[in-house]
Amino acid sequence: MGISHTLSRILSGLFQKKTARIGIYGPPNAGKTTLANRIAGDWSGTISGTTSEVPHETRRAARSGNITITGSNGKSVTIDIVDTPGVTTRVDYKEFLEYGIEREDAINRAREATEGVAEAMHWLREDIDGVIYMIDATLDPFAQVNIMMIGIIESRKLPVIIAANKIDLPDATPQRIRNAFPQHPVVPVSCLDGTQIESLYEEMVRHFR
Amino acid sequence: MQGVRIDLISEERLSQMPSMEKIRLILDNVREGTIVILESGLTPDEQSVLIEMTMQEILPDGFSGIEIESYPSKQKNPGVFSRFLKGDESRRLTVIGPANQLKMIRKDRGFISAWISGR
Ligand SMILES: Nc1nc2c(ncn2[C@@H]2O[C@H](COP(=O)(O)OP(=O)(O)O)[C@@H](O)[C@H]2O)c(=O)[nH]1
Ligand SMILES: [Mg+2]
Repeated sequence: MGISHTLSRILSGLFQKKTARIGIYGPPNAGKTTLANRIAGDWSGTISGTTSEVPHETRRAARSGNITITGSNGKSVTIDIVDTPGVTTRVDYKEFLEYGIEREDAINRAREATEGVAEAMHWLREDIDGVIYMIDATLDPFAQVNIMMIGIIESRKLPVIIAANKIDLPDATPQRIRNAFPQHPVVPVSCLDGTQIESLYEEMVRHFR
Repeated sequence: MQGVRIDLISEERLSQMPSMEKIRLILDNVREGTIVILESGLTPDEQSVLIEMTMQEILPDGFSGIEIESYPSKQKNPGVFSRFLKGDESRRLTVIGPANQLKMIRKDRGFISAWISGR
């Protein structure tokens, strides 16, 4: 890297407002990577990561930098989006075997998943400025991981938006999520087909700065 | 005697322990197959470190992580005052055990069922 490049980075670092680092957290399979891809696709024309019905497809956090989201009122926010591995308290490589993955590969996946979750938890305490917390609206919002994570996010005083995802499915009940976490904004969305994704962007412009 | 050991730790004892000591006690016991019941639960920061350290200690065909349940914190009214009511009320009775031996299901906000199997 040339000196002029380094210098210009230092200068722009001095004069530009620091971009807020927004972490997408939530249990495995909630749709975090689907959202990260949609945000990147809608606002910067790139793709962030691979989605999968196999849990722990995202084992390393993926970052999409410098995304500017503009709301209907013309205000905008510039953020880095960090797509994290799903938070869990247990990982057993044998569960990957059920998806037809070989033992050695499954053990590697499990190890990467544990490292990724540890890293994501660490960042939440050190390095994240705001959170989009994703919950699958067809599941019980009172799952222990949700209660713990919302408590951790609250104790760090981070701005949080709860995305009640998968409202395209018939048994989605976003209202249960509202009842469970009345102290936070809850946005029902389908990150898969894009339903109400605009409302999520509006909330992001309002809450993250 | 055969069976599953359950350790029950009082609020007083917990309040005298530094965070790291609490987390070590939980992980060391749970890795040995003990169920640990805390009269008052962990702070959010302690929970965060517990998850991080649990991940670091998982091994193939060995320790596969923890099962943990507690009641959700008491329903707060949304609004300005909720932030002043935080703290102890969010630290509720908490049950922690080895993921491969303990399975818990929350029936509703105030009711948790636990199934425990031997090793
Ligand atoms: N029906 C439906 N499926 C979704 C939605 N968002 C994600 N999914 C699916 O849920 C699965 C997990 O998604 P992914 O983004 O990988 O979840 P992650 O583990 O939280 O990153 C994939 O099969 C997605 O296609 C949604 O809004 N509706
Ligand atoms: Mg993912």
